Amino acid sequence: MRGGLWQLGQSITRRLAQADKKAITRRYFASEADLKKTVLYDFHIAHGGKMVPFAGWSMPIQYKDSIMDSTINCREYGSLFDVSHMCGLSLNGKDCIPFLEKLVIADVAGLAPGTGTLTVFTNEKGGAIDDSVITKVTDDHIYLVVNAGCRDKDLAHIEEHMKSFKAKGGQVSWHIHDERSLLALQGPLAAPVLQHLTKEDLSKIYFGEFRMLDINGSHCFLTRTGYTGEDGFEISVPSDNAVDLAKAILDKSEGKVRLTGLGARDSLRLEAGLCLYGNDMEQHTTPVEAGLTWAIGKRRKAEGGFLGAEVILKQLAEGPKIRRVGFSSSGPPPRSHSEIQDEKGTNIGEITSGGFSPCLKKNIAMGYVNSGYHKAGTKVKLVVRGKAYDGVVTKMPFVPTKYYKPS
Amino acid sequence: MALRMWASSTANALRISVASKARLSPYSFSRCFSAVIDGLKYATSHEWVKHEGSVATIGITDHAQDHLGEVVFVDLPEVGTSATQGKSFGAVESVKATSDINSPISGEIVEVNSKLSESPGAINSSPYEEGWMIKVKPSNPSELESLLGPKEYTKFCEEEDAAH
Repeated sequence: MRGGLWQLGQSITRRLAQADKKAITRRYFASEADLKKTVLYDFHIAHGGKMVPFAGWSMPIQYKDSIMDSTINCREYGSLFDVSHMCGLSLNGKDCIPFLEKLVIADVAGLAPGTGTLTVFTNEKGGAIDDSVITKVTDDHIYLVVNAGCRDKDLAHIEEHMKSFKAKGGQVSWHIHDERSLLALQGPLAAPVLQHLTKEDLSKIYFGEFRMLDINGSHCFLTRTGYTGEDGFEISVPSDNAVDLAKAILDKSEGKVRLTGLGARDSLRLEAGLCLYGNDMEQHTTPVEAGLTWAIGKRRKAEGGFLGAEVILKQLAEGPKIRRVGFSSSGPPPRSHSEIQDEKGTNIGEITSGGFSPCLKKNIAMGYVNSGYHKAGTKVKLVVRGKAYDGVVTKMPFVPTKYYKPS
Repeated sequence: MALRMWASSTANALRISVASKARLSPYSFSRCFSAVIDGLKYATSHEWVKHEGSVATIGITDHAQDHLGEVVFVDLPEVGTSATQGKSFGAVESVKATSDINSPISGEIVEVNSKLSESPGAINSSPYEEGWMIKVKPSNPSELESLLGPKEYTKFCEEEDAAH
């Protein structure tokens, strides 16, 4: 998962609130020594990063800037995120495409080499194991990035299916890119700043496209993608060069691109209407319910052939019973697990992510409602601490996305 | 108040970010990261109480608001209801998180700061003045003795941060 930020905070709070504070604190944070550190850990500390445990990693929740300022700065200028906790993976071999197509909903075969897409790994019931950005590098090489919190189960899932695929004569192997680190550079200055560090013409690389190229003197994987709704890149860099690259990016931006932590990352992705696996999508949620029908390739809709395809294709034909939608609301910001009611007070669903939007200066949220209540403009009640507040189903993204696409 | 969520493991980082604030405060201890006001009593859950005559004013500390970040909404109780020591009487929502606010003392709530519904940010800009939350008529003034003085609270914050 990319987050669970809110839950993380909640669980710590509860634990601390329950018993002897000090003892619990010591016990909890003793395990902090077991947390994994990215190669940028010392760099984060030196820049005022406030480190928190996140999916088994010690990651910056924010730096010196507040989450509000950080979020706004990303959209105005730019943000640099260390997302090295996420797991980069290559699938190689002449059958890597048919192999992957058994596990995901995307039309991988139909992707042009050097392009990618958001996809979902599904289980037998059509539920989501994880979401992932996959790239077809060549016909015999797929590069993908999965969520840190899902790494173990994803790899186990892929490995299990790889075994039986190979047993039947399929040719596929994997490489986990633990020798690399991942930086996300997002915002309007992302391209102009990165252009200072590479000879490749970035204006020819569009949203969703991928290149292997030299950046700041090291061999990088560059994907024009991100998790903020802004134009930007995710850069897989050899770990030995990661700190140098981070420094170079900040230097070239003359201080305008700022280090940004998980807090603002969560605000940004919520404003962009993007799912956080573990909150907005779980094992029991299908891509159709999650509003990711667009990510099911046309050919895949016709042919199926991925785990849970029967369930998903049936939902496509009949319509899902619940749907992920956006909300804006008055009162306190709804958070995950806030109840959604119709105007008469009947339960119609649950919020999965919510907060105060730093850019829009109002509450935004997403959650699942029974079909029929999903149309933009539908009035609802959102229950926070026992009180019902007015809300309205609102189209996502809340903040317009600015992906770099051919005009 | 239960707000030790995000920044709780980050004593070092906080030292940097709060250092400048301490200078602006009316009174502060040299080794304190956030402003602590003399003459107030403090709860270990990071609320302050100012007892004057028959009424006690309650809010959250500078340390608390700094951990929380920008406050965007405040849930306050109704006048006439009662507050109980150590029990939640309201909540503060920041961009970062939601936190319950516990009452440092028990008593009848005689006034709430209704201006906070329009300008919740006063809790950040002026946690000890404009950002007060409720006024209570203490039912058991001896409860005040169980609270921390400014020096003790400062030490408590330091230890709490250092523990992470």
